[in-house]
Amino acid sequence: MESIELQHHAHAVHGHGHDDHHEDHEEGTFLTKYIFSQDHKVIAKQFLISGIFWAIIGGTLSSLFRIQLGFPDADMSFLKPILGGWIEDGKLNPEFYLAMVTMHGTIMVFFVLTAGLSGTFSNFLIPLQIGARDMASGFLNMLSYWFFFASSVIMLWSMFIETGPASGGWVIYPPLSAVQTASPGSGLGMTMWLSAMALFIVSSLLGSINYVSTVINMRTKGMTFTRLPLTIWAFFFTAIIGILSFPVLLSAALLLIFDRSMGTSFYLSEIYINGEALPNMGGSPILFQHLFWFLGHPEVYIVLLPALGITSEIIAVNSRKPIFGYKAMIGSIMAITLLSFIVWAHHMFVTGMNPFLGSIFMFLTLIIAIPSAVKAFNYITTLWRGNIVFTPGMLFSIGLVSFFISGGLTGVALGNSAIDIQLHDTYFVVAHFHLVMGSASFFGMVAGVYHWFPKMFGRMLNEKLGYVHFWLTFVGVYCIFFPMHYTGIAGFPRRYYSFTSYDAFKTFGDLNSFISVAAIITFGAQLIFVFNFFYSIFRGRRAPMNPWRANTLEWTTPINPGHGNWVGEIPHVYRWPYDYSKPGADEDFIMQTVPFAETASSNLEGEEDLVEGEPIEKAHA
Amino acid sequence: MFYLIIAALVLLFVVIGLLVRAQVLIDIFTKSSEKRGGLSNQINGLLFPVFFVFGLAGFIWLTVSSKKYYLPDSASIHGVRTDELFWITMAIITIVFIATHLLLFFFPYVYQFKENRKALFYPVNHRLEFIWTVIPAIVLSLLVFSGWKVWSDITSEAPANSVVVEIIGKQFNWMVRYPGNDLSLGKHNYRKIDELNTVGIDFSDKNAFDDFMAGEVHIPVNKPILFKIRARDVLHSVFAPHFRLKMDAVPGMPTKFWFTPTITSADMKAKTGNPDFTYEIACTEVCGRGHFGMRIPLVVHEQAEYETWFKAQQSFLSKNPDYLKMVPDNLKKLAEESIQNNKKSTSVASLNKVSQSVAKSN
Repeated sequence: MESIELQHHAHAVHGHGHDDHHEDHEEGTFLTKYIFSQDHKVIAKQFLISGIFWAIIGGTLSSLFRIQLGFPDADMSFLKPILGGWIEDGKLNPEFYLAMVTMHGTIMVFFVLTAGLSGTFSNFLIPLQIGARDMASGFLNMLSYWFFFASSVIMLWSMFIETGPASGGWVIYPPLSAVQTASPGSGLGMTMWLSAMALFIVSSLLGSINYVSTVINMRTKGMTFTRLPLTIWAFFFTAIIGILSFPVLLSAALLLIFDRSMGTSFYLSEIYINGEALPNMGGSPILFQHLFWFLGHPEVYIVLLPALGITSEIIAVNSRKPIFGYKAMIGSIMAITLLSFIVWAHHMFVTGMNPFLGSIFMFLTLIIAIPSAVKAFNYITTLWRGNIVFTPGMLFSIGLVSFFISGGLTGVALGNSAIDIQLHDTYFVVAHFHLVMGSASFFGMVAGVYHWFPKMFGRMLNEKLGYVHFWLTFVGVYCIFFPMHYTGIAGFPRRYYSFTSYDAFKTFGDLNSFISVAAIITFGAQLIFVFNFFYSIFRGRRAPMNPWRANTLEWTTPINPGHGNWVGEIPHVYRWPYDYSKPGADEDFIMQTVPFAETASSNLEGEEDLVEGEPIEKAHA
Repeated sequence: MFYLIIAALVLLFVVIGLLVRAQVLIDIFTKSSEKRGGLSNQINGLLFPVFFVFGLAGFIWLTVSSKKYYLPDSASIHGVRTDELFWITMAIITIVFIATHLLLFFFPYVYQFKENRKALFYPVNHRLEFIWTVIPAIVLSLLVFSGWKVWSDITSEAPANSVVVEIIGKQFNWMVRYPGNDLSLGKHNYRKIDELNTVGIDFSDKNAFDDFMAGEVHIPVNKPILFKIRARDVLHSVFAPHFRLKMDAVPGMPTKFWFTPTITSADMKAKTGNPDFTYEIACTEVCGRGHFGMRIPLVVHEQAEYETWFKAQQSFLSKNPDYLKMVPDNLKKLAEESIQNNKKSTSVASLNKVSQSVAKSN
């Protein structure tokens, strides 16, 4: 083990000194190296920085509409410099309020937590952790980013047009989204939303196909499926979900485009609007909802699974313990993947869908709680009798588990169709998914950045700032979303510009102000991270080879790996990634590249047989 | 103000930058970042249980203090059942929530890094995993089963003697149509919609002759009520929070929801101690600019009171006799009779009303 580490260390020093001598390093101009790069690591960073950009926009939007919700009487004239005509007599325009809510949802779900999370970490970690020089197709991978970029440009642009961006909620239910005269946002804004999403789906598919083929085909010698870190398992299944569900969204969007501009009636029937009876007959708005949620629900897991994978890895590393129930974790990822496709209609209990379908979907929905519960229990057991190091990444991972539990549990109430009648489309739902999907996934993403920043940039993030960032955000998120359950139980509907016209929803004024203040402070705390991120890229402490003393393959690459990742041969893998604190071992970790022959003192029963190395070759073949 | 915020942000960044420089220098000097399990580790480990204690206190305080803002007890039969189901579910998940967080937040404190300790190599325990797969499965099946029973009762066919009310959503208000004395709603056709005939009543159907429109929803107590729900332009959703009732209004696809109200508006005023108490219907499917303002009041009457109100309503046709020309020739006579009957009954009802109010004032 010593010798191998030394050997890698030597490579690292060598590599660092003579960047140009990397075996697979391509000499390139600035343009091919940083812009149109085919290196999975550079593409990952492109996704990450774009994701951070979008997160700031999405967060700013939420701060703006929280001012409206928390302080409905406030004079908002001071926002004129950025919102211009959308502020009318010191008041926010109600249509623009809806547009902001819509864009906040779209941006956070797709541009931050899908592209920013999967795009960053699947790209960055898959080749590094399975032992590959790059993705199966570097070119498609590059295209994936640039389709995403084009999509981003259109979506961003749509926020600056005169009629405003799409404003029918991120679910864009027709007829509101289909009939151009139904609201200003249903005009050009909606067209741009659909174009941007079509490009986004192309980007997502190019990425996912690459992830799946890379994991299947390009694992290094000895890296059997059961030796893959849980991150890779999570990315793998996330990509499969994406491949199967995103095309359905594309078809939903395509039919919507036809309805909007070619006079078809897929979703439209018997509509009288603005003094005019439309000719459309026989369409069904419910059809769109089925198609949308056939992606929309799996999308929740597209967002969540990578975060859970990242957390599994970080919790194991920093508890200095193997992840508890490795195979159960894989099993639950598979079960969640499968079930994620057959629960979508729980978003539609009160749409007028056949009640019998509602019963079926209630049953299937509550089944999905079981693999989720297994995951939560396994995380907690991993912490038990660990030797826990609180890196910022670890703190955010524990935070994720907390949100996953809090938000997941309220899902048990919402998944019950009888209870959902009252709670549907209230703030209870808003609280539920912001915790379990929004905050949990966001924490997974941030945890990943703290953990793999040294590998990305060769420098460390400032950990003290990381601690402050974590505690402000963790407390902040609970201050924002926990109270929303209460307004939800009181019946407050979501997407309301103001509650004052109802007797039933007049209450809770103070609580709404509290939520808004918490939201703005929490968003402000994210700027600490933004600062830390960009500052540390240039001025951070230089990273050691394996800063967290982790087992996985990425920590065997040079500190600043070039295109091709390893200097010389790609290391072989001899064991699973979770040999932490193994009894009899000298250190509290044994890297995957260490053969059993070198760890006689710590080998368990059965592992002795692997010493020869023969079974590994066979397994790989 | 806006530029002030920008300036403040810039200043904040500069200050953070300086602090970070100083802190990094101190770190390098004390070598504190090179060792695991230093002071920072202890503080972070401690903060988890501290957060648990304060969080739990906040949770309890918020629960107690916001109880007064919750909706009153459900005013419908099925609502009492869904409320019960909801609170049972909440009790179960609160127990799980606190128990798991107790472990999640105390383990980090108890098992924080110590140089001389080694973590327990504990990769798997099939019995444990079996237990925590089976227990949630059992609890969830019980919840599913009870939910399923309530759900199928709620969504069962409405009783034949239900009072029918048609609610139609448009941008941005609700419209209400009653079937009139024949107790059956006339047909509707969206192509017949105009300025006055806002819901597209089709006067080629004789059942439509005595249909009337109402500005508020009026229903009798303890009678099954069937809401027939439609939308004219985009999606809307009928939400009557006090009755635990919600159903989308979909253009081109009529939906329905039936329920039995149990508390009259007057009783609710007494019960809540609020003389202005009003049942309300809101919209819960985003429909555009005025989405948040689609309120319509709902009144629950005693049966007799309801009948008086019902009889006093003028049918659409008698209010707008111009629409007689929409009636096919062979039914014209019937339509005119219907108008006469309606006029008679409404004048009797209004006479009754006058005599009642005279009696009251005496």
